[in-house]
Amino acid sequence: MKITVNGTAQDTAAPTLDALLEELGHGGAKIATAVNETFVPAALRPQQRLNEGDCVEIVAPRQGG
Amino acid sequence: MPVFYDTEVTSRLMLGTAQYPSPAILADAFKRSGAGIATVSVRREAGGARAGQAFWDIIRALGVHVLPNTAGCHSVREAVTTAQMARELFDTNWIKLEVIGHADTLQPDPFGLVEAARILTDEGFAVFPYCTEDLVLCERLVEAGCRVLMPWGAPIGTGLGLNNIYGLRSLRAHFPDLPLVIDAGLGLPSQAAHAMELGYDAVLLNTAVARAGDPAAMAEGFALALRAGRLGYEADPMEPRDMAAPSTPVLGRAFT
Repeated sequence: MKITVNGTAQDTAAPTLDALLEELGHGGAKIATAVNETFVPAALRPQQRLNEGDCVEIVAPRQGG
Repeated sequence: MPVFYDTEVTSRLMLGTAQYPSPAILADAFKRSGAGIATVSVRREAGGARAGQAFWDIIRALGVHVLPNTAGCHSVREAVTTAQMARELFDTNWIKLEVIGHADTLQPDPFGLVEAARILTDEGFAVFPYCTEDLVLCERLVEAGCRVLMPWGAPIGTGLGLNNIYGLRSLRAHFPDLPLVIDAGLGLPSQAAHAMELGYDAVLLNTAVARAGDPAAMAEGFALALRAGRLGYEADPMEPRDMAAPSTPVLGRAFT
């Protein structure tokens, strides 16, 4: 299915957010996530189903002012 | 020293972590200034990059409080979701709330700011709102649950200093017991000293230090200015007057 990850369109077969993160190489990384602008806590990623057209955000700590 | 949401900090300087020439210079700036709070952000991470972990290791080594921001958010939804992600990433309920209202001036959207502050306060966040010095806006933010206010001195990154002395003085007088922080717009230590002389509790800055030719020296300069300005405020300064008044005794002058 086609989804958007961090603003870039891509195909995935991952059924859940947790599976997508593994597929993209984020396993064990210090990240936080949102789907369709709604925060998804780490503990809920395995239950978070992905659907066609979903917009996924994957963020990490960065410099800030 | 200031108390933010029941936490006393060890410095009146809150320092950003962006735009430094290197991580070593960033660490040196914190060390020489004694800044007690570091502001950080969340940004998109590519798969396998692990850049976030590397940056987080640098920040943790500073041994300071961490204040995540919602920089760049232009809507309430973006700001609230960013705050929620930041809380999980940094394991703190502190959030520097930015809801930007204008792309050129980066001035806050006061309407969105109040709405987001109310939502986040209800969710248990300790909100540090980046706001203007508008008195009515600040009253609304306090009503929304904010126990600290962070009015700008001038637009972010300009280095113009304190643009509205009257407004800032008025805000201090109106909220005598609330921690007030000048956030953004400072370029020189003298401007930070002025903020202290107005009775402000702390300043938050980034560009003035990070973009200086010698960031660590500038950070120390700000720390010294903050101490000087605060001492001046606490020492009950004299009232200015229009007419000259001799400081040397007039009585006993020769030739009279």
